[in-house]
Amino acid sequence: MSENATPRDERTMYIDPHVHMVSRTTDDYEAMRDAGVVAVIEPAFWLGQPRTNIGAFQHYFNMLVGWERFRAAQFGIRHYCTIGLNAKEANNEPLAEEVMDLLPLYAAKEGVVAIGEIGYDDMTDAEERFFHEQLDLAKELDMLVLVHTPHRNKKEGTSRSMDLCEEHNLDPTRVIIDHNNEETVEEVLDRGFWAAFTIYPETKMGNERMVEIVREYGTERIFVDSAADWGVSDPLGVPKTAQLMLERGLPKEAARTVCYDNPLAAYGQSGQIAEEDWLNPPAIDQRQVYSGNSVLRGGRDPVVEDPADRRKDSIIIE
Amino acid sequence: MDRSRVIELLDRWIAEAAPDEGHRWVQEKQEEIAGGAPNRVFYTSFSAVPRYTGKADLDLSAADREAAEEARAGWRPGDWSVDQAGRSRLVLSLPSEDRDAYLSTLDRVFTHADMNESVALYQTLPVLPYPKAHRARAAEGLRTNITAVFNAVALHNPYPAEQFDDGAWNQMVLKAVFVGSPLYAIQGIDRRANAELARMLVDYAHERWAADRSVTPELWRPVGPFAEGAMLDDLERVITAGTPAEQQAAALALAQSPTDRAATILDAHPELRDAVQRGALTWGRLAREAMDAADHAVENAA
Repeated sequence: MSENATPRDERTMYIDPHVHMVSRTTDDYEAMRDAGVVAVIEPAFWLGQPRTNIGAFQHYFNMLVGWERFRAAQFGIRHYCTIGLNAKEANNEPLAEEVMDLLPLYAAKEGVVAIGEIGYDDMTDAEERFFHEQLDLAKELDMLVLVHTPHRNKKEGTSRSMDLCEEHNLDPTRVIIDHNNEETVEEVLDRGFWAAFTIYPETKMGNERMVEIVREYGTERIFVDSAADWGVSDPLGVPKTAQLMLERGLPKEAARTVCYDNPLAAYGQSGQIAEEDWLNPPAIDQRQVYSGNSVLRGGRDPVVEDPADRRKDSIIIE
Repeated sequence: MDRSRVIELLDRWIAEAAPDEGHRWVQEKQEEIAGGAPNRVFYTSFSAVPRYTGKADLDLSAADREAAEEARAGWRPGDWSVDQAGRSRLVLSLPSEDRDAYLSTLDRVFTHADMNESVALYQTLPVLPYPKAHRARAAEGLRTNITAVFNAVALHNPYPAEQFDDGAWNQMVLKAVFVGSPLYAIQGIDRRANAELARMLVDYAHERWAADRSVTPELWRPVGPFAEGAMLDDLERVITAGTPAEQQAAALALAQSPTDRAATILDAHPELRDAVQRGALTWGRLAREAMDAADHAVENAA
């Protein structure tokens, strides 16, 4: 294997605990695997445009627990997901009610690590209603919760999200607050929740800022994800951040903690994700088929051990 | 069928194979469901079973397997895992007095099932109330391209032979050949043989031969009793020029054909004929040897 932009010790492993792989290509899976990503968590979210009927949700949830899991496994990556109704689509109340009726059929399936990503977008009454209802569901099923904090009015939205979790008597160590920044981190940590940071170009965190947050707040209950999706985003957000931490003088243990150990500890509480899933995995065999389909077409050799050298771009994500 | 005995056996096996806490959880949930809890309780607990029971094999003894057979002829939970037993148990606790409501709940859980849930549901078919009502669902299960789900309907399951008409039955056997599932594991494979199926299988063999591909020797099993005319030409060619396994299969099929010509063809191969007559050569033995050979081929290719 030739020199890569993210060289790694053979034993270095990363988890991307928030990434929307249904929008990504097999090139991305290869690059992630090459960079040391061993497991991904795919939160149920919206698809860039609102769905208009329940069947669209049904097929999406099916994809998260079925085909996408298989697709990831073909590249040696374990795939987990969260199930929930996102805040944006909570605003179509009649459809949202149907989704609430559908969630019990998916929430407790194997490999579902949390109810999520749920929370606020515009902080409407409808968003609040379905946020409450899904916290009830999490409580009833004894599941973890992944909270998406809003892009706008973030600080208030984050505080209010934690208020709701406390109202429902959820243990903060079983709730992950995602998409934090310099303005929200302190309160999230003080109140005992997990603080996740999304390394996403332009709109969320850059990884240089992330390095400084770890320098200031340490590593306890902090972890990073890419939230790579259908927008301009980077599925190597986690490994690139780990590398930048080392280059900027943070200890190796700190990089490992926020890019591997902490997401595993947080989501491991679900009992649905464990290190042995990838340390003793079934052998990669792309000849396997799921629903009669292989990811491979046109007679390509079924091997992903040595993907082409690619992505020699900068490790910094602005 | 003695359904209360089926339930009693499942309860005992779950108690033996699941952690105490998991066993208690299944008991609690089945009581809630039987007591008329909202459907969401059934849906969420059906999904959540492996979270509480783990996935250990039931590892049933010979006596347990016999008890299963006594409770429900053809019921084969011997190779189930404890989460499959737990899921079966929860399905069996659904109140079924209101037929329409019961079938609608069952339909919903089938529709949204993931792979492992589908397998557990199809394995449960032979012990469900209203057996005739599940024919279309079982046939739907055969349309999957996930082999594990297909096998849950087709193999080690008495439901298809009991409930399918010849159309669905024949499609199932042909697909089993197509996807490489062993015919000996299909209950009623000999009893449900028919002339139309024999024709379909032989047509399939011709398609494969035209493409210079082989067919499983087991293909000839349901053909034998209905082999006549041109089918006997095929069998004569196979017993003369086939691989050793194919020759053995052709001998078994010819021995089942009621025609005089089949007996004449077989007489030209006295060793094979005698092996069949002695009982040294059987479909079961042939199938197991073929499966072993296929496993070796896969290992060698890898």
